[in-house]
Amino acid sequence: MSDFSASLADPLREANEPTSEVARFGPDTPLLMDCGVALDHWQIAYQTYGTLNAAKSNAILVCHALTGDQHVASRNPVTGKGGWWTAMVGSGKPIDTDRFFVICANVVGGCTGTTGPASTNPETGKPWGLFFPMVTIRDMVRAQRHLIDALGIETLFCVAGGSMGGMQVLQWAASYADRVFSALPLATAAKHSAQNIAFHEVGRQAVMADPEWRGGRYLEEGTRPSKGLSVARMGAHITYLSEPALHRKFGRKLQDREAPTFSFDADFQVESYLRYQGLSFVERFDANSYLYVTRAMDYFDLAADHDGVLAKAFAGTKTRFCVASFTSDWLFPTSDSRAIVHALNAAGASVSFVELESDKGHDAFLLEEPNLFATTRGFIGSAARARGI
Amino acid sequence: MTLPDLHTNRIDLKLVAEMVTPGSRVLDVGCGDGALLALLAETRDVDARGIELSREGVAGCVARGLSVIQGDADTDLTEYPDDAFDYVILSQTIQATRNPRFVLEQMLRIGRRAIISFPNFGHWRMRGQVFFMGRMPVTDSLPYDWWDTPNIHFCTIRDFVTLCDAVGAVKERAVALDAAGGRVGVSAPWWFWNLFGAQAVFLLKRG
Repeated sequence: MSDFSASLADPLREANEPTSEVARFGPDTPLLMDCGVALDHWQIAYQTYGTLNAAKSNAILVCHALTGDQHVASRNPVTGKGGWWTAMVGSGKPIDTDRFFVICANVVGGCTGTTGPASTNPETGKPWGLFFPMVTIRDMVRAQRHLIDALGIETLFCVAGGSMGGMQVLQWAASYADRVFSALPLATAAKHSAQNIAFHEVGRQAVMADPEWRGGRYLEEGTRPSKGLSVARMGAHITYLSEPALHRKFGRKLQDREAPTFSFDADFQVESYLRYQGLSFVERFDANSYLYVTRAMDYFDLAADHDGVLAKAFAGTKTRFCVASFTSDWLFPTSDSRAIVHALNAAGASVSFVELESDKGHDAFLLEEPNLFATTRGFIGSAARARGI
Repeated sequence: MTLPDLHTNRIDLKLVAEMVTPGSRVLDVGCGDGALLALLAETRDVDARGIELSREGVAGCVARGLSVIQGDADTDLTEYPDDAFDYVILSQTIQATRNPRFVLEQMLRIGRRAIISFPNFGHWRMRGQVFFMGRMPVTDSLPYDWWDTPNIHFCTIRDFVTLCDAVGAVKERAVALDAAGGRVGVSAPWWFWNLFGAQAVFLLKRG
């Protein structure tokens, strides 16, 4: 069990020596990346929950979203807060750790222990920074496959994730169909839309416009582009919500005051909330990681790897899919999920799809959503019966 | 859409299930709460898939472990390749589609066989209500008033046979059920079925 009284970990240290299990790979197992680089020395940080059965048939890989990490269902050592998906993953939860062996790994390009721009480049002894090779969703999945190999697991019972995690789920199903028994891509898309690339670019430009970014060398120079990264996070955070959710939570209510101050203070509660979101984010996340991982999402276009025909990515698949979207999610709208479902139907795949009613926007997949839990329980339960576990 | 009369409905589902070869691939279009899919999966060991319009229906189906997508018979059948299924079933739904002919053609394209069950608007009780009362029929199994019914394309058994001919479908089997769920005389002529069949089930294949 985690010690909640323990002091908080230093995020810089976590990038190289995380408070997690770590699988380290050398030149005999390089990470071959889409950009053409082979990483000779790399590592992947991960957490596991539950017990792997003797047949090694009950493993579920959870893939995290843009700013997530491997701490899906246990205390995050940097923030001291609980895991990011405790509503879904845990004892007796829809992804039940009493029954399944749950694995969650930090993505390549991330900053919580898997090799990324904040990690030390073994050739220079300095942080990689912008010398780190560009990362794709497929690179993230390749790295996870090496981890699954190292754990001696041939077939994953399920690969699950939302948003960028859902992109990894789709990539797993396309790249390693024989190793994925079931797949649960939530609130996601088979390609990143122009609007979403545009939002990401605003975030990246905010980081790079901060003079403390120092051309990406801020770790060496002892500065932090906190203002830029904070603005990036504030902008992005709006896209994870919805107008009804913002209205319900804040409306036009003022923050600790009776009347507007006729200044640029955070008069409105929604401003105060966003500023807090930005500030707390920069304490746990590396700015260059934010650049790399958003870029990986931008580059994601599963159909493009298959002659522009998404159905070809899933040709002959035996994986069972369950796709879900949320009515108020305008970042990854239902039409994105329907495109996945149509491709899976065209490929003759076994697929369930449901658009769930929620006014919480894109973030709904992370929150208390009884319909999502019921759907997940039903899907995983029937898949487990088919798998004989 | 499922009929509220559970007794009659279950006989209808069993009849459909009997027409399905065990171990085959089946798509149930308009699968509702998944009753037929569950029956097929349990008794015929089929690879059962479903399409359902209502969000609640789909969520319920997926929660009970069925492979169902939220979709519309009128628009989403075009996404499937030719011969994707051994059977495509339309149970008590054709009267609620906007374009029954197009739906039937798509079913015959994506399935090697199509099974359609529907309420017969030519049944004597329907005719009686129109003839004697001058009102659109409302029955136990079709309880809607004309202004709130989801059933926008009613047909009789004779009408349906005309549609089968129009799309070049071959009738491999046809069964009519009376209001109590019993089979209407197997060798009876069409006009007899059309008068005494409360609902009908057709097994079709491409001509």
